[in-house]
Amino acid sequence: MRALAGRELGIVLVLVAVVTVTTVVNPNFLSRQGVHDLFLNSSIIALLAVGQAILVITRNIDLSVGSVLGLSAFLSGQLYLADRDMPVIVVLLAGIALGAVCGVVNGALVAVAKVPALVVTLGTLYVFRGLDYAWASATGVHQVNADRMSPDFLAFGNGSLLFLPNLTVITLLVLGVAAYALRAFRPGRELYAIGSNPDAARLSGIPVGRRVFVAFVISGALAGLGGVLHASYFGTINASVGSGRELAVVAAVVVGGVAIFGGSGTVVGAALGALLLTTITSALPILGVPAFWQRAVDGAALLLAISLDRVVMLRVAARLRRRTSVGGAGG
Amino acid sequence: MIRSSRVRAAALILPLAVVLAAGCGGTTKDSAPQAGNSGSGNSSADPNAPMKQGLKIAFLPKEIDNPYMVIMDKGGTDAVKEVGGEGKDVGPSDASASSQVSYINTLIQQKQDAIVISANDPNAVAPALKDAMSKGIKVVTVDSDAAKDARQVFINQASSEEIGRSQVRIIAKQIGNEGKIAILSATPNATNQNAWIEFMKDELKKPEFAKIELVKTAYGDDDDQKSFQETQALLSAYPDLKGIISPTTVGISAAARYLSSSPSKGKVMLTGLGTPNQMRSFVKDGTVTEFALWDPGQLGYLAGYAAAALASGQISGAEGETLKCGKLGERKIGKDGEIILGPPTAFNAANIDQFDF
Amino acid sequence: MADRLFRWETLLFLLCLAVLGYGAVSTSGFADPDNVRFLLLDYSEVALLAFALLPIVLTGEIDLSVASVIGFCSALTGKLWNAGMSFETIVPVVLLAGLALGAVNAVLVVKFGLPSLAVTIGTLGLYRGLAYVVLGDGAVTGFPENYRPLAIEYGTVVVVVVGVLAAVTVHFTPLGRALFAIGLGPEATRFSGIRVDRVKMLLFCVSGALAALASLIYTLRYNSARADNANGLELAAVAAVLLGGVSIFGGRGSVFGVATALLLMAGLRNLMFLNDVSNEVQNVVTGLLLIVSVLVPVAAGAIARRRRPQPPAGTQPSRSPDPVGAAVSHGLNEEDR
Repeated sequence: MRALAGRELGIVLVLVAVVTVTTVVNPNFLSRQGVHDLFLNSSIIALLAVGQAILVITRNIDLSVGSVLGLSAFLSGQLYLADRDMPVIVVLLAGIALGAVCGVVNGALVAVAKVPALVVTLGTLYVFRGLDYAWASATGVHQVNADRMSPDFLAFGNGSLLFLPNLTVITLLVLGVAAYALRAFRPGRELYAIGSNPDAARLSGIPVGRRVFVAFVISGALAGLGGVLHASYFGTINASVGSGRELAVVAAVVVGGVAIFGGSGTVVGAALGALLLTTITSALPILGVPAFWQRAVDGAALLLAISLDRVVMLRVAARLRRRTSVGGAGG
Repeated sequence: MIRSSRVRAAALILPLAVVLAAGCGGTTKDSAPQAGNSGSGNSSADPNAPMKQGLKIAFLPKEIDNPYMVIMDKGGTDAVKEVGGEGKDVGPSDASASSQVSYINTLIQQKQDAIVISANDPNAVAPALKDAMSKGIKVVTVDSDAAKDARQVFINQASSEEIGRSQVRIIAKQIGNEGKIAILSATPNATNQNAWIEFMKDELKKPEFAKIELVKTAYGDDDDQKSFQETQALLSAYPDLKGIISPTTVGISAAARYLSSSPSKGKVMLTGLGTPNQMRSFVKDGTVTEFALWDPGQLGYLAGYAAAALASGQISGAEGETLKCGKLGERKIGKDGEIILGPPTAFNAANIDQFDF
Repeated sequence: MADRLFRWETLLFLLCLAVLGYGAVSTSGFADPDNVRFLLLDYSEVALLAFALLPIVLTGEIDLSVASVIGFCSALTGKLWNAGMSFETIVPVVLLAGLALGAVNAVLVVKFGLPSLAVTIGTLGLYRGLAYVVLGDGAVTGFPENYRPLAIEYGTVVVVVVGVLAAVTVHFTPLGRALFAIGLGPEATRFSGIRVDRVKMLLFCVSGALAALASLIYTLRYNSARADNANGLELAAVAAVLLGGVSIFGGRGSVFGVATALLLMAGLRNLMFLNDVSNEVQNVVTGLLLIVSVLVPVAAGAIARRRRPQPPAGTQPSRSPDPVGAAVSHGLNEEDR
């Protein structure tokens, strides 16, 4: 547990360093509007990272999140075309439900039909995106603009509660629930056991298939929620929303200290990873780094994070070995 | 294992080294033989030839879901229907040149009579378009041109010069001829965007605009979200920014959306090229005072007529020929096979409700 | 015999023949030599990437950075060409650059012991980003006209040669047998005297070089060097490898299967294009094929197991808890291989 806290502390320190340096260069970065934008930009990606982290902890992965987000964003647009006065909560629930259905498809294929997650979600990445485009062509609706959506919906996406953007509040709520559930509830702890060693988990009586299935549904539902939030924030929807997002999400999760082979990491770390990557991306142009370097950031940060993890792990392992051998000599 | 992998590595590197050594003094950029065959040209045109019936004309937009392109291709297929032909629009869902090439090859196999394309990359599509022309298929570019020898006719919205210079004049008026401005463009290789930006820069050299400073050209890649975030980045990097020109429908609506909910609303001026439907709410809430655009439907309509006339032998694409284009009347073909639709319309609070596209 | 008949590769081959046959009969222009030439050429880059991926996946690893290597090498080609370097010099430089990028993956995976999935997702972003750093957003064009036809006429030939080389190496050499052995159990293979690390190093380097080769074909074919060239092509390559019956856990697969899958995908794509099937439906078909390719063997295995009594517990070899191997598998179902 202390090691995990150390990891999150590390991200926070890097985050503080980045923000400090950038603010020295341009004080505007830490202005009210600047912080507001920073939280807004990282909220949706952090939300997806929470869902992804839950899956990665079980030694699975969901590459279809970008497509699910696009599908549910498009659904929001379609709902408003059908009825401009649709209540916000209905759209939110519809988006979450659609995302959950996508999660059911992924989860069923992985947990029931026993197809590897990497392959299934690579396949559904194509399928969900294709359905999104097909829906657009079938209805002839290629883009839904802000003026077709209800003002309530747009106000919700761009509004704030006290000083935090609404989107950030939602992400924090989800994050809080997920973090508590993973730590305090038995099924939550079991996810870690599954990720550490699926066979051992099965032998010890954990319903591995059911847990993984639920993890996929949660990840899907969060991606669905992310889609609706995207629609309310950006106010313009087409069928390509969210393309390629999956890599940024996986990068955030890994940078946040969730081991890609499962069994360790926290959702808080994943969300912090998302915040860090977004902050670095926003800070680079202010620091005068040419725009083109920005595209390399996610990849470089991911590589740096896993390399550091590896070094720390080797150190810890060496220390443990030394302690065991000393203990052996003493006993 | 060690042995074999070393041998393998040597086997891989040795020929490379040989080629490397031999390569000194080979084909470089300056000595490269360039193909000089121009596709269009000597086929004579008969302005009075009858319009052929049942012409198959395909429209290949930059991307199939771009609303601007959808309106344009609708205009085009309507024109083809008017002249008794059969029009269709096909295209990639990503704005990439390589998928357009696949489509061009398909259209060649389908033996279309003419292709109307908005090029994503003028050079990448050129070889495939030349291939089409060599098989007797007429090629019209619209909105965004391809290499000049890879098409017969280019339908231009308005003269690039007129568009570029007028955008600067609009923003200058709005910011009172003084202060920092930025440009939010589409992709950095979009032919039309770059031509306009050149003219904008030239216009800014005039003495009356001496106090206006162009601080940055940002690229939103015609992606809504990217354009939105580029606007955000512009405002945070240049807090004293006075105005933004966004000569792309995707860019201007994303920029307007960011501005409308930020403290800079009404302080940072925004103009550019946008569709009235996308911009209506921002004009009404005061984020945007005035912007411009031509009717993309008319642009496509003109391209449809040009393609049909080419395929019927009424025109060949030579300078000075006259194109009869239905409800739009007539247009003269200019230098390099360019046909111009006409000056753009300026939209503001007074007239925006008269337009629906 | 029945086993052979119901092997995935056989089914795939029959499906491929059926699709191509249907295309030739139903769609005018499909069997046209020009069209066939284009159909093959249009998939040449994917094919090269797939042949690079195949041996890597056989060992239980993965390389998702291949398409980004194409992007980087294409950008480098443009940069050097603009700088006035001769094309004959650019070719080896670019191939070496691809090799170097592959070597970076190799070092991170093999020497640092990092999971290849995470590493190559990272370098997927990094290499693409570096491509933009090298060339920016612009396009470089105007490559010598005497080289373009080479790519167009011999692109497919290059693919066939690489495919044959891959087939010979994978199925008829000690190195090839080592690949399967590593995929089935890296620890056991290591103890049997095979230098597992060296083999993997070699594979990632070759993968980089093949991607560089693909970049040259791509750049010349479109006469346009850009940083975003071949964006997303890794998905098509992975799809081809898995559709070709290669197990994502390693240890099972064949070059024949992958070649058949490539032909099927290329033919299907072209056929759908000719019939004006939109892009979106094509994506759905690709995705479904991918899922089905994994679902069918799993389902077949389940049926077979129900028919045969289960072997007593404990006789099945358990997988080694090697974190690298485990990282790639990304599923709970290793025992269902």
